[in-house]
Amino acid sequence: MNRTLALRAGVVVFAAIAAWALFFGLPRLYSSRKEASVAAAATPAAAPAGAAVRKITATLFYVSEDGLTLTPAQREVAFSPNVAAQARAILEAQLAPAAPLVSAVPAETKLRDVFVTERGDAFVDLSGDVVTKHSGGSLDEILTVYTLVNALTVNLPAIGRVQILIDGKEVDTLAGHVDLRHPLAKSVEWIPRPETDQQR
Amino acid sequence: MYNRCALKPLVAAVAATLCLAAALLAQQSALPYTVVTRDARRPLAARTMNGQEMFALDDLARLFNLSVREDAAAGGLTIGAGNQTILLSTQQPLASIQGRMTSLPAAPARDGRTWFVPVDFVSRVLAPVSPTKIDLRKPSRLLLVGDVRMPRVAARVESLGTQSRVTLDVAPPTPHTVTQDGGRLVVRFDADALDAADLRANTTTDLVQNVRPGETPQTVVIDLGPRVATFRATDQPGAAGATRILIDLVPQTDAPTPTPTPTPTPVPVPPQPDTPPLLDIPPAGGLRTIVIDPGHGGEDIGAKGAQGTLEKTITLSVARRLKAAIESRLGTRVLLTRDGDQAVGLDQRAALANNNKADLFISLHANASVRPSVGGAEVFYLGLEGYGEAARLAAQTPRDALPVLGGGTRDIEIIPWELAQARYIDQSGAFARAIEGTLRERVPMSARAIQQAPFRVLVGANMPAVLVELGFLTNPQQEQRLLADDHQNALAQALVEAIVRYRGGAGGTR
Repeated sequence: MNRTLALRAGVVVFAAIAAWALFFGLPRLYSSRKEASVAAAATPAAAPAGAAVRKITATLFYVSEDGLTLTPAQREVAFSPNVAAQARAILEAQLAPAAPLVSAVPAETKLRDVFVTERGDAFVDLSGDVVTKHSGGSLDEILTVYTLVNALTVNLPAIGRVQILIDGKEVDTLAGHVDLRHPLAKSVEWIPRPETDQQR
Repeated sequence: MYNRCALKPLVAAVAATLCLAAALLAQQSALPYTVVTRDARRPLAARTMNGQEMFALDDLARLFNLSVREDAAAGGLTIGAGNQTILLSTQQPLASIQGRMTSLPAAPARDGRTWFVPVDFVSRVLAPVSPTKIDLRKPSRLLLVGDVRMPRVAARVESLGTQSRVTLDVAPPTPHTVTQDGGRLVVRFDADALDAADLRANTTTDLVQNVRPGETPQTVVIDLGPRVATFRATDQPGAAGATRILIDLVPQTDAPTPTPTPTPTPVPVPPQPDTPPLLDIPPAGGLRTIVIDPGHGGEDIGAKGAQGTLEKTITLSVARRLKAAIESRLGTRVLLTRDGDQAVGLDQRAALANNNKADLFISLHANASVRPSVGGAEVFYLGLEGYGEAARLAAQTPRDALPVLGGGTRDIEIIPWELAQARYIDQSGAFARAIEGTLRERVPMSARAIQQAPFRVLVGANMPAVLVELGFLTNPQQEQRLLADDHQNALAQALVEAIVRYRGGAGGTR
């Protein structure tokens, strides 16, 4: 009787250990390996100073001399095979000071995060400075928004639309004009084409 | 004699009491409408609830062969009209026709087991889906169903020297004949009936004793005085595509009229083009309500000039001037989205215009740039490029999260409100161009004076809508100008002028 009881208890304990290993242990092991590989992939992007790091040439946007449009400028940006990481690298380059060029995005603005959905919608999460330090003009607001939208959609074909978030939240507008409730697609209306520019 | 005098106040008191009682009753049941089809007329009861004229939904269901199903859980009514489905919210003044949202002046109201809907439900929701023509004529309380030719007729009588003139305004223009029949003139229209409920002579002369609907439904009768010798009838195009029939009555020759010429065609009295139309029809391009939206307000100061000028102050000041200018020059009703320094949500601003059925929406702003040299006024209207694609995509995506009416688990496609403005893009563009033109005559303009952008305050506006940037506060010279009275007046005058031009031109397409 005692033996059967001990045997049964043993079976139960073994089953419990096996179940833990199957449902918790293995996934944990697997996921930690995966995280390690992701971290390895992200490292080159995070270390722009490295000489061996691959770079891409990205088009960034700045306020034109006449203040009415966006002027494209080429900059080298660290390469990343991951779309979100590449988007982040491009945006950080866009947000970095670039004197004498003037950015439509207030200088104090920090990039909090970038997400990219499978549908190609990028969510760019910015610090509240983009609102509080903004001039408040509708023209500047358009230029701020399309600086960010175009920086991603022009350089990354995988990103079709961009939605701007402030401090992790969806917002109506930055300064009361441009509708930010939906992701916005690329707009070349604010980037003068050379031939039409001459006609103006 | 004394007794009769004493009776007068008593009669007046009784009459007043009756009037009061009638007014109280009118709170409950309004005058019925008349449903007119080609072969019949029947009354349709209306009642006033919370200041809105309503029809019982059951009455409409019988009249138009609708199926009505209530879904209390989802807070809506599902109305089947032919093969079309209308979803009517019971909480909000909104209806969805095959996924297209339409606003109503009020939400449905319930009395006992009966639902009541605003009378506009017929024109805004039923008429678009109905295979037969439905024409709701609120002023004359008529509901025309089917192909009923029922022009509206209004009359005015005036004395022109020894002659008298009867003016008939007819909308839409309808073929007619004028014949003399003894002591009266009969104007016969080629129509099924006339919408002539208010037809009466405003005054009488010794030549015109009355103007009234005739014995048959297609005729108007002018009762003549005994001294009428002859008459001349001429047609003129009237306002808003209406016809104006001028009937001049000439007295017998003992009066000092010049000898009548044998050809009756020339009208001796020149037509007066400035006389206002007799019919209260919205003339083509006619504007009844304009909503002006002074940008920002309250904590939202908007842009700020180097000397501290706030956008919210400039926009309110110009908006007040513009309101006064429109009211005095055009006589149009003007509403401001704010008339003080308070915060107003962007949705509320467009909603005020929508709820008041405004014909134009003008949002006023002052701009700012990181480059102080930038200056000049700009006019924006909604741009759908990029943004509209997103809206259309969203409209095509079934949304599970929306409450499903009708008791099932059906997905509903609801077109978001931004498509309200999408329908007016062309008109908004025309209005923006009119403003750009009149502003340019008075104030400095930006190098990009007219532009399209996905502006939040415009997308929900269900009428032609523009956003005007009056100038740049970050430009020191313009900041000074924007503060000046004469400059603010010039801006307001330019905008009034643009409204006049738009009304006279492209506004006719509305």
